[in-house]
Amino acid sequence: MPSRGRTIGITLYLLALFLPIYWLLNMSFKENGEIMSGLSFWPHHVTFGNYSHIFHDPAWYLGFVHSLEYVAINTVISVTIALPAAYAFSRYRFIGDKHLFFWLLSNLMAPPAVYAMPFFNLYYSIGLFDTVWAVALAHCLFNVPLAVWILEGFISGVPREIDETAALDGYSFPRFFVRIFLPLIANGIGVAAFFCFMFSWVEQLLATTLTTVNAKPIVSVMTRVYSAAGMDWGLLAAAGVLTMIPGAIVIWFVRNHIAKGFALGRV
Amino acid sequence: MNDRPINNRAWLFVLPVLVFVLFSSLLPMMTVVNYSFQDTMGQNNFFWNGIAWFQNLLDPSTDIGGRFGNALLRNLIFSLVVLFIEVPLGIAVAICIPRHGWKVGATLVMIALPLLIPWNVVGTIWQIFARADIGLLGAALTRMGIHYNDTQDPTSAWATIVVMDVWHWTGMVALLAYAGLKSIPDAFYQAARIDGAGRWSVFRNIELPKLQKVLVIAVLLRFMESFMIYTEPATVTGGGPGEATSFLSLDLVKIALGQVDLGNAAALSLVYNLITLSICWVFFTVMTQLDQRKDL
Repeated sequence: MPSRGRTIGITLYLLALFLPIYWLLNMSFKENGEIMSGLSFWPHHVTFGNYSHIFHDPAWYLGFVHSLEYVAINTVISVTIALPAAYAFSRYRFIGDKHLFFWLLSNLMAPPAVYAMPFFNLYYSIGLFDTVWAVALAHCLFNVPLAVWILEGFISGVPREIDETAALDGYSFPRFFVRIFLPLIANGIGVAAFFCFMFSWVEQLLATTLTTVNAKPIVSVMTRVYSAAGMDWGLLAAAGVLTMIPGAIVIWFVRNHIAKGFALGRV
Repeated sequence: MNDRPINNRAWLFVLPVLVFVLFSSLLPMMTVVNYSFQDTMGQNNFFWNGIAWFQNLLDPSTDIGGRFGNALLRNLIFSLVVLFIEVPLGIAVAICIPRHGWKVGATLVMIALPLLIPWNVVGTIWQIFARADIGLLGAALTRMGIHYNDTQDPTSAWATIVVMDVWHWTGMVALLAYAGLKSIPDAFYQAARIDGAGRWSVFRNIELPKLQKVLVIAVLLRFMESFMIYTEPATVTGGGPGEATSFLSLDLVKIALGQVDLGNAAALSLVYNLITLSICWVFFTVMTQLDQRKDL
């Protein structure tokens, strides 16, 4: 295909991608009166009122804080415990390894709706209900297997001779793992952390089910505007725009590895 | 990969993962299994109910059985429709992604952006976008004289959900396919040019075989994610109008958290989980076999 055709193709796709996002952005700078009075392609009276409301109302901005808290906790836990496991799957054979790997992956495919009710019971009974820890641990259900899967792909790309040479040079295993091996798979760790961030940040059902007041994440704060006094479209749009920012920042950091990352290191 | 040494101490490395996943998967699953074999008269008094819940669920003539059958059918149709659109479109987009310069990074970031938006916000974006009074899409369609209303008309609701899913997830297929395309050495393309191969034959004989591995991953992830879709349709249509877009997860949440009908919800959960597990196993087998082929 000539490169002109390709440029047109990708431009059209990106245009279609950004039209709905533009509409949300457009709406977030309007007052509700203007929104309801009819269609307009850009705000005629630009207002930052919706945004300033979110930054001044603790119920709103704490939602962002809680979400970022459990996402961070979850990412750290998932990547840390997945590292040694991914190393084991990539480097050794052991009894039941294939079954174990499949069982881990099957959790990645388990519908969160199945777990909503039992998680509620579980975290309620151990006293973690309505804390960021409950959501962080609940998201381990799919993020730990995902991190193992991604890291295993990247670790398998590192030749095993490196492990053997390090052992011959007198490195103890922990020292080898931290000083030599981790820097070699730094890209893989970045990609795994990116995916844990992504799936924890976008998940809504479990995060909403496991919190009520003290640890309410932004995704369930956003459902509030539906019930109270009609629909506050402007506020909802502004909150939506703000939820895109952390993701956009994180993608920018991994932009050079993102393609390989989505292929889970398997190309 | 059979040249790896056997070492059963590797289990120690896997132990932390095992503990975490047992805690967040097996333990909660046991409560579900419990509920699925018991019934209650309230006040936390449970008694053994055998396999009655499962019999009801799998019998299409009962209320719950009919609901389950319909939701399963809807969900399978939905998954197939989005796969048939997203996979070819994703490959086409991947081919169009620039290969050199600053445009590569910028394009990849933009393509990935919808994936990082919380799922309820994706729902909100489309809920607003599709409204006939304040949304661009809804208003444009209405002015063109097309009968469109995503909260009243089942066809509109389905179209909205499908277009939303394509908007949301095609980027992932495109990124996977792009990674596959990038791993093809330039020499392959040069050889094709010398042979005078056309664009279609380059795609058919060079690119598509190389994409096989990543496409299996793409189909697996897309199938599973669409099979357990909840938040986006819940936000846009709430499963309606009527039951038109009530997929398995939406139905399950209605039964479990809405009606607190524990027995039916538990039986449905287990059957639902078993279906995803079997499909996942098929994909997993295909994937490990592809992994072992060195020529791909």
